[in-house]
Amino acid sequence: MGAVMGTFSSLQTKQRRPSKDKIEDELEMTMVCHRPEGLEQLEAQTNFTKRELQVLYRGFKNECPSGVVNEDTFKQIYAQFFPHGALPCLEGSPCMELPPSPALLFCLVDASTYAHYLFNAFDTTQTGSVKFEDFVTALSILLRGTVHEKLRWTFNLYDINKDGYINKEEMMDIVKAIYDMMGKYTYPVLKEDTPRQHVDVFFQKMDKNKDGIVTLDEFLESCQEDDNIMRSLQLFQNVM
Amino acid sequence: MAAGLATWLPFARAAAVGWLPLAQQPLPPAPGVKTSRGDEVLVVNVSGRRFETWKNTLDRYPDTLLGSSEKEFFYDADSGEYFFDRDPDMFRHVLNFYRTGRLHCPRQECIQAFDEELAFYGLVPELVGDCCLEEYRDRKKENAERLAEDEEAEQAGDGPALPAGSSLRQRLWRAFENPHTSTAALVFYYVTGFFIAVSVIANVVETIPCRGAARRSSREQPCGERFPQAFFCMDTACVLIFTGEYLLRLFAAPSRCRFLRSVMSLIDVVAILPYYIGLLVPKNDDVSGAFVTLRVFRVFRIFKFSRHSQGLRILGYTLKSCASELGFLLFSLTMAIIIFATVMFYAEKGTNKTNFTSIPAAFWYTIVTMTTLGYGDMVPSTIAGKIFGSICSLSGVLVIALPVPVIVSNFSRIYHQNQRADKRRAQQKVRLARIRLAKSGTTNAFLQYKQNGGLEDSGSGEEQALCVRNRSAFEQQHHHLLHCLEKTTVRPNVRWYSRIERGPSEAMPALSFGWEAHYKLWKSHRA
Repeated sequence: MGAVMGTFSSLQTKQRRPSKDKIEDELEMTMVCHRPEGLEQLEAQTNFTKRELQVLYRGFKNECPSGVVNEDTFKQIYAQFFPHGALPCLEGSPCMELPPSPALLFCLVDASTYAHYLFNAFDTTQTGSVKFEDFVTALSILLRGTVHEKLRWTFNLYDINKDGYINKEEMMDIVKAIYDMMGKYTYPVLKEDTPRQHVDVFFQKMDKNKDGIVTLDEFLESCQEDDNIMRSLQLFQNVM
Repeated sequence: MAAGLATWLPFARAAAVGWLPLAQQPLPPAPGVKTSRGDEVLVVNVSGRRFETWKNTLDRYPDTLLGSSEKEFFYDADSGEYFFDRDPDMFRHVLNFYRTGRLHCPRQECIQAFDEELAFYGLVPELVGDCCLEEYRDRKKENAERLAEDEEAEQAGDGPALPAGSSLRQRLWRAFENPHTSTAALVFYYVTGFFIAVSVIANVVETIPCRGAARRSSREQPCGERFPQAFFCMDTACVLIFTGEYLLRLFAAPSRCRFLRSVMSLIDVVAILPYYIGLLVPKNDDVSGAFVTLRVFRVFRIFKFSRHSQGLRILGYTLKSCASELGFLLFSLTMAIIIFATVMFYAEKGTNKTNFTSIPAAFWYTIVTMTTLGYGDMVPSTIAGKIFGSICSLSGVLVIALPVPVIVSNFSRIYHQNQRADKRRAQQKVRLARIRLAKSGTTNAFLQYKQNGGLEDSGSGEEQALCVRNRSAFEQQHHHLLHCLEKTTVRPNVRWYSRIERGPSEAMPALSFGWEAHYKLWKSHRA
């Protein structure tokens, strides 16, 4: 009988041991801390005032005490802005175009793919983590930068493999990611047409020499010709 | 993480630049948000203790008091701070929630007070962080149980809970459940108790051998067979009373199905059924064996005592709540018995004239040894058998000792809970009486005020009694209100307080301003 009791207790201790090691590993990871460069330096490098940098840093530090954002945290933060989980199919969402079926009653909102591309765009040095300087630099461009800089940044975002060209597959991925944020339909057959149509329209507009890829110059030229885009670039100017 | 939603909004909006080249229609214009300095420091003064925080911090949770415009109601323009007349110690936790996103529960504060603070500041209790959530829930549940017990006690107690027009059924049920409400119920309670005792004693005495009148020592009969008529009459009387009681309870029960399924009613049925079966079954020798077995069930009448004894009920409830521990005990004992019986059987197999004829036969030895009884009717004779036998008895002690503390602690907790409930019920009456006395003090003050002419319309200030001048504004207005009420309802020229002037003996009992007292007095004046 005592042997039985002994085996029970030893089983329990075995289970406890792996979790202890995990806790030690986690402690090690959180020790890594990063401090940004001085306030004056950042002020010189970006288009923000000292006060704005202070506000930004306080928010950043509150969320990420270690000073760096990794991809998972980045995805979590971005996902909070888009309603989680199942959304009822709204008017105008892509699933409305599919034949009505009970399986289509809910769309799953998934912002993680677009967040992944965003993270890669923010993480200019491709280190796998976004420091405060990267964050502030990107925000400075997007909110206070010139039209040229903003378009260049957007091109960088669309260019997933960072080879300097946007091809149809990359564009397709981006557009699908954006549509996912509206609601990934649970219908088994993914309706390819709507994103594809969108991509075709985009390429028709942007691809001047019709060679199937869009270069930075083509992109800049086409965007500057479009009034809508020019106007909407000013929308997010006064966010701070 | 919702704390950061507001701080990361610029980032989310900046990221939207990535959608712009893809947009096929013009995007909506940006909202014209008033550019306010995001980082101003607010001062929140809670009962004198100043807390300072960024405005952004409070804006994180816009659906709470501090995050919404509701806090403007508490803004003091002279001092430039938000003043709250609340507990500053509790506010610390509330503010930390805004700062860190986690609401912690203070250990040394009353959970009710904490809840009230949360309700005031617009925080739902579900926001309590995971680290403190379990403790918070436990304490809250304990509190709720205690309050529910008090309420239950008040309702179920001997307060006038029954409406005047209650049916016979309701009154009967109440008499059954609370015997101390009326004398008849109490008498019935004791009578049934007496008859249960009589029935059980009769069952016991029936089997004692008693000597015959002729002192013939050859045949000793049990008393039941010597005086069959007497015992039969006693049994009949008891069963009649029990049947009557059961039928009355069945009639009075508010929910008959639930009553039929309850444990007590089952015990009642089992107690009286053997008698009726015995009546119906003919006196046949074949069946009389079964009939004798049925008589065993008469001993269940002793369980009817659980209605009369709270301790028995607690014991039963404890056993029910420790069902899992008891189950574990039984299971581990069974395992041990089988193991050791097998081992002993094979150890003793070689010996001739051994008692260990089979493994089930060895079960008896194992049980007797593990529970340290040791009758000695079966003993091992081989050395191996003796060794294993000693191991068996040692492990038996351990296995039985293990679940016992759990059962004991459960019993103790339930028993103390019951004791506390009883004590509180007794103290509650005293408490309420004292509170009523304190309340009547304020009524006395009003009557005193009237006596001293406070309500008379006196023109010049000097004629006003001293006591009038010393009244606070609140008291003056309150008394004025009561005076208006009096003027509205009581006939003029009636000196309502004249009775008080006659002396304390004539004073109205329980000087409450309740409508009943007022109405009674008014009626008596009309008469």
